[in-house]
Amino acid sequence: MADYEPKVIAFVCNWCTYAGADLTGTSRIKYAPNIRMVRLPCTGRIDFMLLLQAFGQGADGVIVSGCHPGDCHYTAGNFHARRRWIVFRRLLDFMGIDLRRVYFSWVSAAEGAKWAELVNNVVADVRKLGPYDTFPKRLSGQIRPLEVA
Amino acid sequence: MSETRILQKKSLGELFAKLTAAGQRLLAPVKEGELLNFAEVKSPEQVALDYIQTRSSAKLAAFPPYEPLLRYKFNGKDVEQQPAEPDKRPTVLFGAHPCDAASFATLKAVFTWDSPDAQFETRLANLTIIGLACTKADAYCFCTSVGGSPGDTRGSDMLLTPLDAERFLVEVLTPKGQAVVAAAPQLFTPAGNETKDKVLAKVAPRFSADKLKEKLPAAFGNNAVWVEQSLRCLGCGACAFVCPTCSCFDIQDERNREGGTRLRCWDSCGFSLFTLHASGHNPRHVQSERWRQRVMHKFSYQPERLGVLGCVGCGRCSRTCPVDMNLAEHAQALAEMKA
Amino acid sequence: MEALQKKAKALLENGTVKVVIGFAAGTDAQTARPLFARTPEQAGKLIWGESCKQNLATYLLKPEVKALGKAAVVGRVTTARTVMQYAAENQIADDAAVLLIVSDDGQITELAKFADLEVYLAKVPRGLPAEAQKEIERLQAMPIEQRWAFWSAEMSRCIKCYACRAACPMCYCARCITDVNQPQWIPVATDPLGNLEWNIVRAMHLAGRCVDCGSCSDACPQGIRLDLLNRVLAQEVLTSFGGEAGYSTRKEYALSTFKPDDKEEFIR
Repeated sequence: MADYEPKVIAFVCNWCTYAGADLTGTSRIKYAPNIRMVRLPCTGRIDFMLLLQAFGQGADGVIVSGCHPGDCHYTAGNFHARRRWIVFRRLLDFMGIDLRRVYFSWVSAAEGAKWAELVNNVVADVRKLGPYDTFPKRLSGQIRPLEVA
Repeated sequence: MSETRILQKKSLGELFAKLTAAGQRLLAPVKEGELLNFAEVKSPEQVALDYIQTRSSAKLAAFPPYEPLLRYKFNGKDVEQQPAEPDKRPTVLFGAHPCDAASFATLKAVFTWDSPDAQFETRLANLTIIGLACTKADAYCFCTSVGGSPGDTRGSDMLLTPLDAERFLVEVLTPKGQAVVAAAPQLFTPAGNETKDKVLAKVAPRFSADKLKEKLPAAFGNNAVWVEQSLRCLGCGACAFVCPTCSCFDIQDERNREGGTRLRCWDSCGFSLFTLHASGHNPRHVQSERWRQRVMHKFSYQPERLGVLGCVGCGRCSRTCPVDMNLAEHAQALAEMKA
Repeated sequence: MEALQKKAKALLENGTVKVVIGFAAGTDAQTARPLFARTPEQAGKLIWGESCKQNLATYLLKPEVKALGKAAVVGRVTTARTVMQYAAENQIADDAAVLLIVSDDGQITELAKFADLEVYLAKVPRGLPAEAQKEIERLQAMPIEQRWAFWSAEMSRCIKCYACRAACPMCYCARCITDVNQPQWIPVATDPLGNLEWNIVRAMHLAGRCVDCGSCSDACPQGIRLDLLNRVLAQEVLTSFGGEAGYSTRKEYALSTFKPDDKEEFIR
């Protein structure tokens, strides 16, 4: 697809990754514009269904990112998130959903450079994978307009 | 109007081709793993012709599991609405048994009794039903208790009865049926004095729907009976979904901030929150009351108010039920109850 | 079967229980139906065999059944695990029900107190049924596109009737996530995404809680192998966190606890 630009949705925690992405900006580090950030208080709050919502509305890749273990603003939210992702990844993989399009990371408020590198790597990988056409889409409400049967 | 013809089984391929060429979509029973369900077909090899019952009913031909009713877009404070185009695709429902063919009359009564329903009526108007009479039945069938029979012609535009391994007896029943003949007249040869009675399945009536209808209003208050019959019911909703005459639906919006689509989706009165009010009150908060509703609706309210029975005796509910709630058995028990 | 009927009759006669929940013959030879025997005579109708599939422990939470009084439940090891998991989740009081566990060789074990259940369950062989294990391995060995094709086809048959939810003893939420409509988290329509989301959310909500009874796929009118989803996650929870549902009353839900060193090689 000549004009395919990957759409990547990033679900990030307010205290670490979002602040880290903020730092990327204030440090004037350029990175791929293909991501849309969704800010939540904590990765512990990130429901696994949100990732399916993203894919269902046309996302080609998803990033989930939060505080490093031990640094969670709410003490243990990211520990619970980590368990959830371990289980969720197994289910996705077993059902044949492309795990290469789902990325988990710990990015702290000080890691502006890491965030830029992560996003650039993810967008490059997802670009190589192509659009996620095989994932079923929402009946209405697409990021990229699609034919709805 | 009823003319009879003979159709050779080996002619079905040509018939399908002619119907498809005439622009018809073909729906027929198809094997899906261990089960049979109605699906779009192109050729008769895909069709299951020798079956007792499909898992899901043929009601999807006129009342699909979900369909758009209208689409809308937000324009500032305004909402631009557009009714969804009704599905006009000419469709032939091939191979539905007489129970399924008869179910459309009940659905029509529900969907059109007080106001027009463009979605349903358009589909029904464009639907031709080529029914398939039953040469076998099982312990779950009870069509003869609810005004039907293995060779019943109600609801079919054309009814095929397999006389033997090669031939169908064809009853042409309506103008739509005649149109099917007209699509491939050379395939429909004259019939002699073949009759279908010899090959039809025998289904002994188990109860009288009329007697049941008389008994039910008084039985409404007999809580113990409803509790006892529904003790094992799990409230799963499978019965309503596979039933050819169940028509309850849920309205759902699939939307985002820019607009969306309003859908009509199948629902079941067996679900615990089916009658939950916004206030939090639920008039049918226990399964026994929901079971009572199911029986009253099908065998008392619908006959009383719409003049149609809400059941065609196909037996799907009982076959599907994970805990063997046998509707014929329960109905029979109610009909025979001492007042 | 006679031993079972005798036991049930005795429990009713001496007043230990008011109802024995078991199976009676159903509409045809392949079908059994749950029986709520309240008299020794009714207990004479009890049967046991392969047709007796539905996990009967689920009735212990049903109001109309609770109203009948203290119950005995006939079942398999998975039925015992169900009651144990109910205990871990505060859904049932100790000694509130009697279990009549029928093992594969026909032996009947009568259990009531949680402590006795724990002792019994500690001795039973563990692991998924052989057929399910083989099917999981067969699917896992497929290339990812084939796996997706398989599950897409399974999901396309789903009619969102929620029989799986009703049959599952661990799905007892008074208001299921599908019933929440502000927002409508799980779409009602049977479109491919809606069906996928329903089955995924149910599998995730059962992760670490599924007791491997198989009632979900037994109940599914469309014959979907959704039991494999629950079983795969039960395996994952065991492998990754050492947790297994229904063997003790300890409250150890895998997804509300954690260890600082849970594996994370997939996190960048």
